[in-house]
Amino acid sequence: MNLADLLTKKQAVILERWFQWFLETYPAETARFMREEKNRFANPVGSSVYQGIEGLCQELLQGMELDRVYPLLDPIVRIRAVQDFPPSRAVAFIFALKKVIFEELESEIRGGQISVEELLELESRIDNLALLSFDIYTQCREKVSQIRVEEIKRRSERLLQRANLVVDPSE
Amino acid sequence: MASLPKPDELAGINYNPPRTGWRDTPVEFRRGTYCYGAKPKNLEAVGLPNPRDWSPEDQDWKLPENWKEIILEGLRERLGRFRSLQIFMDACVRCGACADKCHFFIGSGDPRNMPVLRAELLRSVYRRDFTTAGKIFGKLAGARDLTEEVLKEWYYYFFQCTECRRCSVFCPFGIDTAEITILARELLNLVGCNIDWIAAPVANCYRTGNHLGIQPHAFKDMIDFCTEDIEKVTGVKVEPTFNRKGAEVLFITPSGDVFADPGTYTLMGYLMLFHEIGLDYTFSTYASDGGNFGLFTSHEMMKRLNAKMYAEAGRLGVKWILGGECGHMWRVIHQYMGTMNGPADFLEEPVSPITGTRFEHARSTKMIHIAEFTADLIRHNKVKLDPGRNNHLKVTFHDPRNTSRAMGLFEEPRYVLRSVCNHFREMPENTIREQTFCCGSGAGLNTDEYLEMRLRGGFPRANAVRYVHEKYGVNTVACVCAIDRAVLPTLMDYWVPGVGVAGLHELVGNALVMQGENDRTTDLRGNPLHGREEGEDV
Ligand code: SF4
Ligand code: SF4
Repeated sequence: MNLADLLTKKQAVILERWFQWFLETYPAETARFMREEKNRFANPVGSSVYQGIEGLCQELLQGMELDRVYPLLDPIVRIRAVQDFPPSRAVAFIFALKKVIFEELESEIRGGQISVEELLELESRIDNLALLSFDIYTQCREKVSQIRVEEIKRRSERLLQRANLVVDPSE
Repeated sequence: MASLPKPDELAGINYNPPRTGWRDTPVEFRRGTYCYGAKPKNLEAVGLPNPRDWSPEDQDWKLPENWKEIILEGLRERLGRFRSLQIFMDACVRCGACADKCHFFIGSGDPRNMPVLRAELLRSVYRRDFTTAGKIFGKLAGARDLTEEVLKEWYYYFFQCTECRRCSVFCPFGIDTAEITILARELLNLVGCNIDWIAAPVANCYRTGNHLGIQPHAFKDMIDFCTEDIEKVTGVKVEPTFNRKGAEVLFITPSGDVFADPGTYTLMGYLMLFHEIGLDYTFSTYASDGGNFGLFTSHEMMKRLNAKMYAEAGRLGVKWILGGECGHMWRVIHQYMGTMNGPADFLEEPVSPITGTRFEHARSTKMIHIAEFTADLIRHNKVKLDPGRNNHLKVTFHDPRNTSRAMGLFEEPRYVLRSVCNHFREMPENTIREQTFCCGSGAGLNTDEYLEMRLRGGFPRANAVRYVHEKYGVNTVACVCAIDRAVLPTLMDYWVPGVGVAGLHELVGNALVMQGENDRTTDLRGNPLHGREEGEDV
């Protein structure tokens, strides 16, 4: 069996363990809620994350097209970027996927059933995901600074206009 | 060589919640997750205790020496005064029904944001000092000593509750954590631990009648400025009056509508509507803000700041008061004003001079919400509307926490929206009406230094908007609250880019056909009107 077949066979377990890893970055009560509450509006973090990583697991087998991967990754990183995590922990979930897969396939890897080329290819796909999530994380943090400034501007824009402190050269 | 964290450690794979449990884990004040402490000048302005320079990040909060007695005495007094507090302290059976209903818990994942645990912050101290079991068994009975660490935790978590009451909707005993927060903030205020974003508007309101401290001439000036904008868009000159004695109606709106975008477009809508129906109304340049951050400080402060409404109504000799689109102002008006500063027997039960409708529900307060007023006008065909002028907007409606759970205002704004827009879509059921998710920035937390926490708390709301945005192409969230108008644009920019925010009466203003108006080419924001074809429902 090649790597793709093995991954397909184990997809459900991998997804489950990856999600579990993710939940464990939160306190136990929170993790329980995020796992058990199935309504996506009552539990937006849990359901966004699950949806995202479910899609990413599929993509792992399907070539990881950027325009398909981005919308899966963005919602997860966007949430993590404003929660109480340092950057390393915010995007660490990507690396956890490696760990999960290698543990699941340990005997096959040790038994030489998977070629080195295939393994390297898998690794580099996951690494690409990690790089992409750094990009998204940075964009999110920049966005936070930007919207903070814009909100302050909106608050007093009218007063400045009235005091003729804002000049529109086109008028 | 310095030891680097091992990959697993870095990745958080061994992450576990703090082993000590919430009772013994002190809070950490990190930038972005707390609001700045009240500046001394703002406490002094209204005579609040313990004015000093301080920051929540400081080790020493410079509390008065007998701070503990002050708080415990304050709690004792309030247990006597507010029967609800006593019941809320005793009645919780820890069933957990409220636990996962708070937007701050849902968005942050911090279990201490579960309403039951938020209330427990106060309850554990109550048990220690006010119940026999707690006095004897201490920790075993869930009791805690009041220490500085506990006080800091109060500050952190009671200023991380928007007093939105969503949790109370799900509690079988009707325990209202919002009210617990209100009283806990009162206690914090006794030792000078308010946040500046609340203390400053309170001080300003006390002196000048509005949050920004704008003086009467500037207030009038800003509204005149707005009439110029109206003339640019419509060709019609509207002429509001100020402090005019003998007007039939006094109009009071949050100052955000006057000074801040996009609230200003909502103000344009009000002015246009009043002009068109020929309403005999006036502004007061003293009751120049409907907002009342006293509600987030103490009952006394709320009363003091609210008093200007009846005082100005009396001075000007109006018959009744019409209120603009605001959230928390309506909790104060609807739940407290009539008895707190009333009865206002010198006013009359509000009657619409245009339709003759008698607003009996406002018999006590003598004040009605503009959504009620406008819905009634539309119902009686008293205004001409062209909803096609809003065809570029695909609209959903956000119920503010206060107008929904403190007032029950659900149908009127929706009725108005359906009349002025062709494209309207509801968000999912468990995120609207009584169950609405708060914007995450209310109750005085809409300050920029707190943005990160606000983004967490606002995520459940934004997530529901994202759904209707993706599914139906919704591009506008309409609301009837000034704080929403100020904060939702920020929230949308982060979570659902491409979705804007508008007040209900901005959309009314767009659709309103005025006598003598130009052929309108833009909406109130100056955006070109296109796509004016008959709208099918999105
Ligand atoms: S009132 Fe609102 S913010 Fe406060 S605990 Fe309840 S749900 Fe949370
Ligand atoms: S729902 Fe009511 S009784 Fe149950 S834990 Fe919450 S506050 Fe206590």
